[in-house]
Amino acid sequence: MPIELIKLIPWIPLLGAVLCAVCCMKPAWRKAAGPISVLSIFIPFLITCGVYSAASGLQGDDKVQTIYQWMSVGGFSVNMGYFIDPLTMIMLFVVTGIGSLIATYAMGYMKGERGYARFFMGVSLFIFAMTTLVMADNLVLLYLGWEGVGLCSYLLIGYYYEKPEAVAAAKKAFIVNRIGDLGFALGIFLTYMTYDTVSLSVVTSKAVAFLSDPNYIATSADLWIPFLLMLGAFGKSAQIPLYVWLPDAMAGPTPVSALVHAATMVTAGVYMIARLIPVFQLSPYALPTVATIGGITALFAGTIALCQYDLKKVFAYSTVSQLGYMFLGVGALSSFGGIFHLFTHAFFKALLFLTAGSVMHALAGQLDLRAMSGLRKKMPVTCWLMFAGCLALAGFPFTAGFFSKDTILAEAMVRGTGEHGSNLYFFLALMGLLTALLTAFYTFRLWFRVFMGPEHFEMGDDHGHSDDDAHGDDHSHAHEPHEMPWWPMNIPLVVLAFGAIFAGMIVHWTGWMEHSIETSTAQPAIALNIQTDPQPTPAYEIITVSNTTDTHDTATEHPAAATGHSAEHDRAHGIHILMMWISSFIALLGIGLAAYFHWLNRPLTDKVAAKFGMVVEVLYNKYYIDEFYDLVIVKPLRTLGHGFYRFDQAVIHGLVITVGYIPRLAGWSIQPTQSGKMQGYGLGMVLGVAIAALLVFKWAF
Amino acid sequence: MPETVMNSLTLSHFLMTGAILFCLGLVGFITRRNLIIMFLCTEMMFQGVVVTLVAFSRFHLNDTGQTFVIFVLTIAAAEAALALGLVVLLFRRKGTLDSLVWSQLSG
Repeated sequence: MPIELIKLIPWIPLLGAVLCAVCCMKPAWRKAAGPISVLSIFIPFLITCGVYSAASGLQGDDKVQTIYQWMSVGGFSVNMGYFIDPLTMIMLFVVTGIGSLIATYAMGYMKGERGYARFFMGVSLFIFAMTTLVMADNLVLLYLGWEGVGLCSYLLIGYYYEKPEAVAAAKKAFIVNRIGDLGFALGIFLTYMTYDTVSLSVVTSKAVAFLSDPNYIATSADLWIPFLLMLGAFGKSAQIPLYVWLPDAMAGPTPVSALVHAATMVTAGVYMIARLIPVFQLSPYALPTVATIGGITALFAGTIALCQYDLKKVFAYSTVSQLGYMFLGVGALSSFGGIFHLFTHAFFKALLFLTAGSVMHALAGQLDLRAMSGLRKKMPVTCWLMFAGCLALAGFPFTAGFFSKDTILAEAMVRGTGEHGSNLYFFLALMGLLTALLTAFYTFRLWFRVFMGPEHFEMGDDHGHSDDDAHGDDHSHAHEPHEMPWWPMNIPLVVLAFGAIFAGMIVHWTGWMEHSIETSTAQPAIALNIQTDPQPTPAYEIITVSNTTDTHDTATEHPAAATGHSAEHDRAHGIHILMMWISSFIALLGIGLAAYFHWLNRPLTDKVAAKFGMVVEVLYNKYYIDEFYDLVIVKPLRTLGHGFYRFDQAVIHGLVITVGYIPRLAGWSIQPTQSGKMQGYGLGMVLGVAIAALLVFKWAF
Repeated sequence: MPETVMNSLTLSHFLMTGAILFCLGLVGFITRRNLIIMFLCTEMMFQGVVVTLVAFSRFHLNDTGQTFVIFVLTIAAAEAALALGLVVLLFRRKGTLDSLVWSQLSG
């Protein structure tokens, strides 16, 4: 397949979106929107597969595929161009592959909805924006995709626009993202001022050159750029303090939660940091900050997920928590770990959301864990599909999540121990392990609650789903839960389940992705310098030392690191093996505890919960963070805005009105001269001409 | 025509004639209320100006003024057709030619 086809990837979904928009016009055409959308995502997936080997082998300038010059202002020019390297290809696999599976599922899930074509238009448009984001060669185009996915997220969260909470959630997502995006935009401006270009390939190679130059002195811009870019990443990827929008975003249809808010869009921040990791390395504090925020978010969101009763909310907080892991991974200078977890997470979280969607569909919109139990017999396929997803999320040995989570934790531990080790990373790794326990527990709490134990369920009150064709052979009109049809709903889930179980093994044992990351810009720069040394700490020291006073003593760091290479390597390998054992044990412990408390001995759980009522209450209310933000940010801003409104009404508006009275007054005073009689006007004209003539004569002669 | 008569006829005579025509028209326009009469008065003012133009043209032995007059007359003819049409329309609206009925601009 010719490599040029890769330029088409973003444009096919855009064409699909346009066609879906056309389908909106006539009710008879609406059914066509689903297949159009699926095809418009699946064809780019085929292209991605077809050009994969050619695209990964591109060297040097060939990696940049320019379509046309987008804008040129003075010395500043931006191309509509794509940057193709192995990282791009991995992201394209995730976006188009998972995207087409979810869109296929959505064909069944959304059947009979009023906005069927509108939904698929949003999905196709989202894929356009997301592929643009991951393929962009420059930060401005990346920002276009970044805002594009934000817009699609807003449109799709607000899909049920007649529900006030969906509208509020859509606005919340948009506004919170604005805060992050402001930082991102400022970061882009500062990048342009510092590097004189916004092209990713140039910026990263310049940053790598700076890093490998021992005489380079980091400027204040180098210190600030990562923090500004980071703000954008935290907004988009729902990290503390900007994570609050993601749980609310579950008001959208479930396939949207799976596609936009679990598998693809929210990982854009991780992608961006991984892509620009040399730039982040230039600031000695940037990556530790990323790792700290990631670690804290992972633990924080994990604890909230423990006490949520809403099926989708549990998975939403779990997504926030897993994104925290990814940030911990890139923050620990293991962009391979971050991207690996991104990749596996896309499979199992999409699977979990979609199976949760099936349960919700079967129970007519019921999402409350307390209102369902023992659905194993009613929905056997969904039950075991979700089991596969839960295993992967919990990090059960040899599932996808096990390998990726282990990579991140082990890398953090490698940073945290040894002679260069920092306590920060050690603590973060411990926090990660604790989070892994919580993850295993809350994941299986949900699964045991829903599918095990005595059979019991209460139907929801959403009749939107109950009278559509998706019910297939079951015509009892949603008085009984029922299994989903194989096509188009369960077959994509089976594919996802295979990914959730085996993707990790394939990546781990073939080393395919590790190699891909090493040959992309996501490879941390210092490892390019000192061969494959996994110990990056000297990088920080070079920068910090050269930043303060003398640069000469840093030269001694290099040989030291080089001789320590093989010993370091062995140490890292040992830690990886150790962490595998520890995390296997933790996953099994978490699953065991969940089985005991939420399957075998539920009354005991209620007693324990009653005893720790305060804790449960706080966790159920998500640490009152929403209320806190409301009190600290929203309310004062609203009061301020109200004050401004009052000032505007009284002073500005009053002033304008007063000024408006002056011409009125003037008009009123000369009003009598306007008689409306033609003769009067004639006379006025004559007299005017006469006076003018007199004046002319007076001056002329 | 004897030369003496021609000689006694000076530029000021023609200018006077033009001025009188113009003033008559002006007074008529301001004092009369019948739309057609008012229109005729404007035509009379026009002719006063035209006479002045011809007189000056002859006086300066320059044909430009007379050429201009031809144009003015042509346009005046066209404008007369248009204006009479308008008057007819106005008459149809109110059923009278009195200009006082058209006083919507009264402040």
